[in-house]
Amino acid sequence: MKSRARAAKLNLDPALVRRARALARKAGKPVVDMARTHTTVSVERAVLRLAGVTGADTDGIPWVNRLVDSVRNDVGLGYGVAVPVFHAMAREGVDDLTMLAQKAAAGSVRFEIPTGAQASAARRAARRGVGAGIRRIDKRRAERERLVLRHGDPRQRPWIYLIVATGDIYEDIPQAQAAARAGADVIAVIRSTGQSLLDYVPEGATREGFAGTYATQENFRLMRAALDESSRELGRYVRLTNYASGLCMPEIATLAGLERLDMMLNDSMYGILFRDINPIRTFVDQRFSRQIHARAGIIINTGEDNYLTTADAVEAAHTVTVSQLLNEYFAHEAGLEDWQLGIGHAFEINPDLHESFRLELAHALLARELFPDAPLKWMPPTKHMTGDVFRGNLLDGFFNLVGTMTGQGILLVGMMTEAVVTPWLSDRDIALQNVRYVLNACGGLHEDFVPAPGGFIQHRAAHVLNEAIELLERIVDDKLLNAIADGTFGIMKRPADRGKGLDGVAEQDDGYYNPATEILEEASK
Amino acid sequence: MSTRSTATTVDEAPRQRRPAGKNIIRPYGDMTGDGMVQLSFTLPVPNDKRAEGAALQLAAKMGMDPAMVVHTRAMGDGYTFFVVYGTVNHLVDLSKVVVAERDFPILAAKEINNLVRQRMRRKLVVVGACIGTDAHTVGIDAILNVKGIAGEKGLEYYRELRVVNMGAQVGVPDLVETARVEKADAVLVSQVVTQRDAHLHNTREMSAAFREALPADKRPLLVVGGPRFDEMMTSELGVDRIFGRGTTPREVASYLVDALIVNKKKAA
Repeated sequence: MKSRARAAKLNLDPALVRRARALARKAGKPVVDMARTHTTVSVERAVLRLAGVTGADTDGIPWVNRLVDSVRNDVGLGYGVAVPVFHAMAREGVDDLTMLAQKAAAGSVRFEIPTGAQASAARRAARRGVGAGIRRIDKRRAERERLVLRHGDPRQRPWIYLIVATGDIYEDIPQAQAAARAGADVIAVIRSTGQSLLDYVPEGATREGFAGTYATQENFRLMRAALDESSRELGRYVRLTNYASGLCMPEIATLAGLERLDMMLNDSMYGILFRDINPIRTFVDQRFSRQIHARAGIIINTGEDNYLTTADAVEAAHTVTVSQLLNEYFAHEAGLEDWQLGIGHAFEINPDLHESFRLELAHALLARELFPDAPLKWMPPTKHMTGDVFRGNLLDGFFNLVGTMTGQGILLVGMMTEAVVTPWLSDRDIALQNVRYVLNACGGLHEDFVPAPGGFIQHRAAHVLNEAIELLERIVDDKLLNAIADGTFGIMKRPADRGKGLDGVAEQDDGYYNPATEILEEASK
Repeated sequence: MSTRSTATTVDEAPRQRRPAGKNIIRPYGDMTGDGMVQLSFTLPVPNDKRAEGAALQLAAKMGMDPAMVVHTRAMGDGYTFFVVYGTVNHLVDLSKVVVAERDFPILAAKEINNLVRQRMRRKLVVVGACIGTDAHTVGIDAILNVKGIAGEKGLEYYRELRVVNMGAQVGVPDLVETARVEKADAVLVSQVVTQRDAHLHNTREMSAAFREALPADKRPLLVVGGPRFDEMMTSELGVDRIFGRGTTPREVASYLVDALIVNKKKAA
């Protein structure tokens, strides 16, 4: 990356940038400490998925859910499920975990916390079992690296990111392949409405979703195989994206690693603010899912664009910067590298506002310079898309222009029919023409574009950075969880003792053991 | 914005270009009465001469005559996009335009917040839940969560509303108790599962419990929603309002301020 060369157009004070990062670290640290001392049902289920538990009972409840619930009933979650489960396997003479889950669901196995030599043996067995899952993730990562070498990366930056969402995986596949043929470098399969609030991951290939397709391991596998076919055909590696969010974030991250997904939406606070998921649950799940993403070589996309759909994009510009800095801290802490940080932001300023385009440029350039080695995920206008498709296409053109002028890494293609219909074939085609025109006409413009020293853009960027630092100072004093409770981000108030999924959180006891975290943390040291 | 309009058309219209009469109008391109429209669509055929002919045939059947295909573009192998300009021979009779008026106006978020602030002088309290065994919170979450639906933010987004979302599988007694403790102005219940008419039984049970527990003047506005409800069944189910498929949060919020503030027509 030539990132260093393109930095320093804004003449930001490096001392201020360092201060902003230091404050983000200070604000985030207590949350990380909390995450290290708690676990959740979904983290424990992810551990069992790594150890090889698959499938679901006749009601569609996954065996990992049944097994974690059984362990929890007998001994609680405070020790983690790995040791009691592997101890029970040894004791019962069962050598298949899914079989153990079935027996446990039938009530014929009781779980206990072993001590002494039995405990050490259970730990060793658990580490072996979970280690096998992590090695599978490692293999998928190596496989991706091979395929990227063979087929190549997209020829241009930004990578072109398109969304597919029919609700039926077998409809999604031809649409995704058509989108790839039409120029998409990254395909995102939107999830069914409401999946984020399901406390289990559905099983199998699914054909019925509300405004999206369920994230399941089988759907992941089917779509990745289809895009591998497209990659061969097109001579470039087509990436696949899904959503590690909601109550099952750690499990979905794990399934993504196992099925070689390439990018995952993964924001540190989205679930809290927009889905009313309990803050502690979110931060604990978040840390584990990011550790998996780090290991799997998955690029995360953070969700700062969402704040601007509820708050004003000019007034709240600094809250985006603050969230970006927090997301960066949480990502680094979990072992993600800069190239994996698709830090989010969006083109959402009211187009009727005087100088709105210059403000967008300033904000986009600020993100670029604060995170010079991160790919950055640039999101198109949605809030001010009105159904006037002609004006919408023009706005999307300006969005594409800012994207190329500021060297964004991943560009979600804006649709002129945003807020009207789910995109038609022709909408996508027109949107891609728009992107191609801009990239073709001025793809290298970021080389020439340097804002005037002391001018409007430099001034605005410095102003937003200052506001971000002020807000971070308040958050550090007040503690991040309190700031979230007070409605600092996206205007939502979310106290730490409320929200969905709180009953799935447990404090770790002294003997807590999670072989996955142990292995993942050894690697990131 | 607050109206849904359906227009009736008059076929076999005279073609001469004369200024439209008071009630009879036709589309306007650059001259009164020219009837010009512009249309774009995709046909599932490769882009060739035949495709263009097919586009013209469609345009003619839609009443565009003469029509000009001004743009064609192949999309993938088997699809072609068209832009067509032409004259439509249909007329619109304004006297026959039927507009179905909602019995409450759809307001902007700002207007809703202002009405609550100025007229109620406190937060309007909404308690929401999925009752019975129904675990499908899709509906209630679409209406309540900030995330919302169809590009509209949920009720949580309205500064002057205080939303208590109890989630799924809430017992009716719990719902009544929460509504009482929170001093709910409105109770929103979502029902997706309809096996053996569960949604109707649950709704009747809920409205009966509220009638039993609270005197009429203390009873919150009872609103149910779900894809399989008949919006006309309010009195049968003992609720104040039923919302069907495709309802957006702003519609619900507009109804709430209309019923609780503007018209104060409470209780079934």
